[in-house]
Amino acid sequence: MRAPAPAWAAHLNDATLDAARAAIPQGLIDAFAHVGEIQLHVHRDHLIAALTALRDTPGLEYQQLMDIAGVDYPDRGAERFEVVYCLLSLTRNHRLHVHVTASEDTPVPSVTEMWPVAGWYEREVYDMYGVLFAGNRDLRRILTDYGFRGHPQRKDFPLSGYVEMRYSEEVKRVVYEPVKLAQDFRTFDFTSPWEGAEYVLPGDEKGALPEAKGAPTPLSADQVQKAGVAQSPTQAAGASSEPYAKDQASGTADTGAGKPHPHIGEKPADRDVIPGKGGQNQ
Amino acid sequence: MTDTVLNDRMDPATERLAEMGQGNRTEDEVAIQNYTINFGPQHPAAHGVLRLVMELDGEIVERIDPHVGLLHRGTEKLIEYKTYQQAIPYFDRLDYCSPMCMEHTFVLAIEKLLDLEVPLRAQYLRVFFAELTRIKNHMLNLGSHVMDVGAMTPNLWLFELREDCMNFYERASGARMHANYFRVGGVHQDVPLKLLTDIADWLDNRLPVLFEDAISLVADNRIFKQRNVDIGVVSRDDAIRWGFSGPMIRAAGIPWDLRKQQPYDVYAKMDFEVPVGTRGDCYDRFMVRVEEVRQSARIMKQCLAEMPEGPIASLDRKVVPPHRGEMKQSMEALIHHFKLFTEGFHVPAGEVYVATESPKGEFGVYLVSDGSNKPYRCKIRPTAFSHLQAMDFMSRGHMLADTTAILGAMDIVFGECDR
Repeated sequence: MRAPAPAWAAHLNDATLDAARAAIPQGLIDAFAHVGEIQLHVHRDHLIAALTALRDTPGLEYQQLMDIAGVDYPDRGAERFEVVYCLLSLTRNHRLHVHVTASEDTPVPSVTEMWPVAGWYEREVYDMYGVLFAGNRDLRRILTDYGFRGHPQRKDFPLSGYVEMRYSEEVKRVVYEPVKLAQDFRTFDFTSPWEGAEYVLPGDEKGALPEAKGAPTPLSADQVQKAGVAQSPTQAAGASSEPYAKDQASGTADTGAGKPHPHIGEKPADRDVIPGKGGQNQ
Repeated sequence: MTDTVLNDRMDPATERLAEMGQGNRTEDEVAIQNYTINFGPQHPAAHGVLRLVMELDGEIVERIDPHVGLLHRGTEKLIEYKTYQQAIPYFDRLDYCSPMCMEHTFVLAIEKLLDLEVPLRAQYLRVFFAELTRIKNHMLNLGSHVMDVGAMTPNLWLFELREDCMNFYERASGARMHANYFRVGGVHQDVPLKLLTDIADWLDNRLPVLFEDAISLVADNRIFKQRNVDIGVVSRDDAIRWGFSGPMIRAAGIPWDLRKQQPYDVYAKMDFEVPVGTRGDCYDRFMVRVEEVRQSARIMKQCLAEMPEGPIASLDRKVVPPHRGEMKQSMEALIHHFKLFTEGFHVPAGEVYVATESPKGEFGVYLVSDGSNKPYRCKIRPTAFSHLQAMDFMSRGHMLADTTAILGAMDIVFGECDR
């Protein structure tokens, strides 16, 4: 690892993986290390047993629960939520995270009996994602407003929300109204159009039209590329600059790519421009 | 309001009251109405917008239910819609008393996913300013803690020092509070030599004088001790079970400092000591922070002595933009600049939890990347969440006036707690 990230005992990763596989009796779906951090994927029903094993087994000793994070993956169907428990071992100076999945109406067992600190973290995941925790006696909303509706961290919840609040002079109190945006919310799609963008660009519909009779068919880009590679191996593939220039082109020798223009240096004669004087027109 | 029938533990005063006024009740059955009050959301000792619903028995706290989230701004949601670079200013606005330490965690998390090397001078600069931030944060906290328990003067003196820190911030980054100085791969720009010499001068001549003067007023003060010693005692086991970190866990007697145990940047090269409390009360928490200021000054001096010359940000042009001068000469630099400021850089898919020692404790970022130029999920682990949650058991059985001391010694800032 070249990055100056916090240097906890990452060399214990392999030993920890083996110990965790041995200590967690059942329900361990997957266990691996990625980017130097151990992820244990555990089935929901066996979460308490797994976390107790991680906390109490000598050689694992994850005494502290540092955080519970919710993540929403709408593509995964009903089991769209992932709840991540970030554990820390003070004695072994090691960290790992335990992942469980959940759906909107399958509760995850609460760990408040093991770590009282989990109370608020579970409330936050419930507030933000709507994941239920069975056994948490105080599962109220925590961060959002009193009387808030919806779960704002879900991917299908709009960034602007649904209601906005202002003080109304008429009714002399704060009122809630549907959100009105003065300008459309802008999102920019940064996926490369060559790498599986799914949108239709203006003009794409022309490709579906039948061609006029006798219309010349330009070479497709990959054909030109192949020809270029075959002709001159020194030139980098894909560097052909004139794919549509000449119909009969079989390589860069024909298109003239890579050579200076035969008439370079000559300028078209224009009587109005005095050569050599410079000025705006040049 | 709740009605509680207390049979087993009546104190003599209530017993007398029961005898005097309410002859119709039997001797062993007295209805006492607990008093429920709201502390905040607007209260000078609440250190922001905190609402504590307190259940009091006379002046004794029976139960506290903290209501947080009044400063919730949806930072985590906003970050999901911004590129990695654009998300850094949001971190300044989390714990606005120690902005650069917040940025530090985030850039370290991204660098871990990118596996990006950071030049040595940049690492020194980041540690240097993180420690300046720690001093700045503790100046505010120590001052407001003593003011919460009744002393005025030290707060004003410590604010002088905090003002100095903010001036240094401004000279380094251009902003007094929301610095936005750390970058993925280094820092935004190099600092002038005069700034470093001025800070060195400040560390030698101004900070020790003013700080030790202010602390000498309260550290051995009888009233201050009466208000803090044996208030809000937390045992080691409780500190672990409640996920404490930072000065809170050290005051409970556990020598746990992420700068020492899990060093990041150049903390491994720094020579400093970790203060530890013995009793786990508010006074210990205060004194741990006092000693941390001295140790921070020590780290800063080492940084000044050892800081090498060199680049202040990674030379990987796919992550760090080129200099403006370079852009005038090189087409490639221009392209890199354009791409970085429109699209940003893409971070390989993965999930990391990176935590650093912020002045308030363990500040963590759980970052999920899906390989695009925006974070898929950025969960921020605030220090205040675990500490404030413990408010209930820490203040139970204490007097109402002690809650401000307990709250002051926790060092809570709501920008970070509510996100």
